[in-house]
Amino acid sequence: MENLLWLIPALPFLGAILLVLFGGRLPKSLLSLIGVGSVGVSALVTILLGFEFLAERPLYYQQEVWQWFSVAGFTPSVAFHVDALSMVFIFVITFVGFLIHLYATAYMADEADFARFFACMNLFVGSMLVLVLADNLLLLYLGWEGVGLCSYLLIGFWYKEPANGYAARKAFIITRIGDTAMAIGLFLLFQLFGTLNIQTILSDAPQVWPVGAEGALLVALLLLGGAVGKSGQLPLQTWLPDAMAGPTPVSALIHAATMVTAGVYLIARMNVVFELAPLAQLLVAVVGAATLLIAGFSALTQYDLKRVLAYSTISQIGYMFLALGVGAWSAGIFHFMIHAFFKALLFLCAGAIILALHHEQDMRHMGGLRKSMPVVFWTFLIGAGSLAALPLITAGFYSKDQILWYALAGENGNVWLYAAGLAGAFVTSIYTFRMVFLTFYGPAKTHVSHPPGKLITIPLILLAILSLVGGFIELPHNFGHLVLFSELLQPVLPAIEASASLAANEWLFQLLAAVVSLGGVFVAYLFYIKSPYLLHRLMHNGLAVRLQQFWFAGWGFDALYDNLFVRPYVFLANLNKRDIIDSFYTGLARTAEGFHVMLSQSQNGVLRSYVMGIVVGAIMILTISLFL
Amino acid sequence: MILLWMIVLLMAGGVLAWLAKRWHPVLPRWIALFAILTDLILACYLWLGTPTAVTGSSPWLVRLEIPWVPQWGVNFILALDGLSLLMLLLTFFLGALAVLISWREISTKSGFFYFNLLWVLAGITGVFLTMDLFLFYFFWEVMLIPMYFLIGVWGHANRNYAAYKFFLFTQASGLLMLLAILGLYFIHGSQTGIYTFNYFELLETTLDPLAARLLMFGFLAAFLVKLPVVPFHSWLPDAHSEAPTAGSIILAGLLLKTGAYGLLRFVLPLFPGAALEFAPWAMLLGVVGIIYGAILAFSQTDLKRLVAYTSVSHMGFVILGVFAFNEWALQGVVMQMIAHGLSTGALFVIAGFLYERLHTRDIQQMGGFWSKAPKMGVIALIFVMASLGLPGLGNFIAEFLTLVGSWQANNWLTVFATIGLVLATVYSLRIMQKVFYEPAPTDRPLPDLNARELLITLPMVVLILWLGLYPQPILDTARPSINQQLEAYQEPEVEEKKVVVAEVPEVELGIEKMSE
Repeated sequence: MENLLWLIPALPFLGAILLVLFGGRLPKSLLSLIGVGSVGVSALVTILLGFEFLAERPLYYQQEVWQWFSVAGFTPSVAFHVDALSMVFIFVITFVGFLIHLYATAYMADEADFARFFACMNLFVGSMLVLVLADNLLLLYLGWEGVGLCSYLLIGFWYKEPANGYAARKAFIITRIGDTAMAIGLFLLFQLFGTLNIQTILSDAPQVWPVGAEGALLVALLLLGGAVGKSGQLPLQTWLPDAMAGPTPVSALIHAATMVTAGVYLIARMNVVFELAPLAQLLVAVVGAATLLIAGFSALTQYDLKRVLAYSTISQIGYMFLALGVGAWSAGIFHFMIHAFFKALLFLCAGAIILALHHEQDMRHMGGLRKSMPVVFWTFLIGAGSLAALPLITAGFYSKDQILWYALAGENGNVWLYAAGLAGAFVTSIYTFRMVFLTFYGPAKTHVSHPPGKLITIPLILLAILSLVGGFIELPHNFGHLVLFSELLQPVLPAIEASASLAANEWLFQLLAAVVSLGGVFVAYLFYIKSPYLLHRLMHNGLAVRLQQFWFAGWGFDALYDNLFVRPYVFLANLNKRDIIDSFYTGLARTAEGFHVMLSQSQNGVLRSYVMGIVVGAIMILTISLFL
Repeated sequence: MILLWMIVLLMAGGVLAWLAKRWHPVLPRWIALFAILTDLILACYLWLGTPTAVTGSSPWLVRLEIPWVPQWGVNFILALDGLSLLMLLLTFFLGALAVLISWREISTKSGFFYFNLLWVLAGITGVFLTMDLFLFYFFWEVMLIPMYFLIGVWGHANRNYAAYKFFLFTQASGLLMLLAILGLYFIHGSQTGIYTFNYFELLETTLDPLAARLLMFGFLAAFLVKLPVVPFHSWLPDAHSEAPTAGSIILAGLLLKTGAYGLLRFVLPLFPGAALEFAPWAMLLGVVGIIYGAILAFSQTDLKRLVAYTSVSHMGFVILGVFAFNEWALQGVVMQMIAHGLSTGALFVIAGFLYERLHTRDIQQMGGFWSKAPKMGVIALIFVMASLGLPGLGNFIAEFLTLVGSWQANNWLTVFATIGLVLATVYSLRIMQKVFYEPAPTDRPLPDLNARELLITLPMVVLILWLGLYPQPILDTARPSINQQLEAYQEPEVEEKKVVVAEVPEVELGIEKMSE
């Protein structure tokens, strides 16, 4: 099994190549078979490998496919390394990816560019797998940029609409800014360690750097730059809401379940470096806490169903960053996995709704879908419950509760981070159920024309089951005490100890989290079902309206960046379109031409003027010789 | 002898192509293609026939020396090492593509066209092969004049202006190089009593710092203009955009590389002291070029002009890498020469295809071509991605190695050069957006690529992928000659390595101190 590791990323790549080469000529059924099949087989191999991994419990499997290049001791390989951390990621990528691909065959069925869509999707899955399987940072960077490319291509999938193209460019450029920081981090790592092999760096780092070393801080900050770009965290979060211009399966796969969590993977993967740079690690937590709040409030005010989910994704990844930042490494990864289940589910449900309502995405035009789309309603409700972390029954509760607990009780936790997380949980719960109530309750506003078929509902049901039971593999130690997940990650990620003084009262904080979550649901119920006049009254308050607009516009980040970077750059570039340096050379040419005109005028063939010239010249020479 | 044959074949082919026009109008292009393909096969034979892992001894694979004007010390010396070999492979490959691309595009005076094309290639081949400075200058001029005709006769509307500008810039800077060559010749002669243009003997010249500096600037003038480095770049956008497609390919793919080659072959080994002194400034020029070129590229609306400015930006990496003086950077530079030749060449090819179909180079009048010409779209996408440095394609290896190398030499300049990658994204994606995305401005049909056009572009795709995924054969071929060029700089590099190794115990000491 171990020797088949290379197949996991190779299969989707193969699918992509086939689709690019023969996409134009094959019938749709065959295209679906290639597109879905390649990821499906890859998922199968992953699951088999996973069973073997769970049975044998090795530290890792490693396979070198070929040596990429070798220059003066810089010898990166195309080599794959799978340990527990990568195992979790490849499972999510292939399995959730497979379900989304399956769903997409129905969702994109009427699309003319079917082959291009699946080619990009397969290319994405392959690149994402390379990213999480890479044994060295250069190969990781290849996957990292590869997913960026696919994200660009798929956001701009409907390329005829200029806005989509701009959204795609924005996503690529902003993430590239982060990538550049990461690239500089790689140069620095190579200079210090003479290699980019991840395991070597991780094992050598404690010898090279003492805790708090400047080098570690610098590297950690640069890697964090890459992570915030890819994962849509402050201050590079602005591309993610616009990325919703892509087809919904793309949003589910790339902009919710997998690619945007690449930053989480990177930080978790390089955990040793971050632990050696406590300041950078604290910054990770602060970035996470700030982002989860900012994005949460923005989600409250959106009307576009997908944009709510996009902000919610940013916010939930904020929780993962918070977990990583306080040292609750496995809690962060656990939340990644659960989030991948429920967020993919929510996006796919949203897609089913959008498809049923003729590409209507505005929640103000939805409503009453509870009756007409029961399967979507129930699965969406499960996903929403998990996102809002409804206590006991949903997986989201177990993963988020862990993060909140360690944000307070962990070694690096403090009360501020905890408060931010708790406030975020309250907001999450409100916007989630606002979404549920606006979409599924109340009077129906748009007619359902296209009820979802089996290919759409089956992935929904499977993901809904995972969103419910996925949490039961890791239960808090005061009830159930199941640690299957954190135990699995134990060899890769450092464990965290809760502070003893608080541990006795853990149930109190769990109760608080549960109350906050239910409280949020109640607030949403109050405003959107029970007494809508409260909302009207609120909307007549000037301050509330201004706040609403501010949050709606994503806290003004877009406007700020536009005025600070984009417009000056475009202005400067256009100002210098004709290249100021060239005017020096044209000036030179003009001067030469000027002399040419002047001197050729003196060659006019008129004897008079020649005599005059001689006389003037003679007088000048005489004068000079007399007076000097 | 095989080296001489390669040049003679091109020159003779050129003359024959010119004459053959009288017998049959299609003969010239077949003759040209045949001559270049034969050379390509010869070069491949040399590449595959010589074991790449030649350990130790000389990096020279083939060498030919014939006395030419003995009383002046001029010899006909051709010599081939890995670097030259790679450049020759690139020359003949792109040369063959240039013939294929002109297959239909050039209808007037086609005999003379192929004559010029082959003579430019002959000049370039000579530049890459000769190890006699007199002969080097000769070939440097041989490249220039036919290129002047290629632009001036078969170019677009503003061709005369562009051709003059190209000629004046390169000629003026070439003269400075000639002065420097003569200066070196006389200094060497007065020192040793042997007046010779032989590169290998001139390498032994000892120069006082001032003379070295002056002579180096003479050589630099020619190479920096050719490369081109900001602020000597302004001939390039005009020449590129006005030249016929084949001319643009040769300009971008090959002529610029002669500048880079000159830096590696002559400036580095001849003037190590002066080069070390000049290095920070040279690297600064590179970074300025990277950023300035990228900003200019972003604002252009003429597709060929846009691509031309991307060349300015990409060539900034070359000078940045050359003056970092380490193997990573120099390998990166060699990769950049090849990968940029392919990727920018391909972008010019696509601009040529679009011009043939639309009779415009203005990207404002394009849009939505993805649905009309999906094959062209995919291929354009690949090369746009290459140009922004996407991993998996050759340019990434080139730029990453260059930056890894330059990081060792200068952190801050490398940071700014890396920021250039973001700007590269900005202008590259603009190409995709304006040409292939957005609604189409007209309903005019746009035929997709035909078989000949696929024959031109697919090998480029395969090569750029190969360079990105398994560049080792190229790196192995280049290594001996790169080490040769770096010989004068070896000492500081070894010291550097020692520092890296020595750092570990130092830090451990630091820990002990802290625990105490």
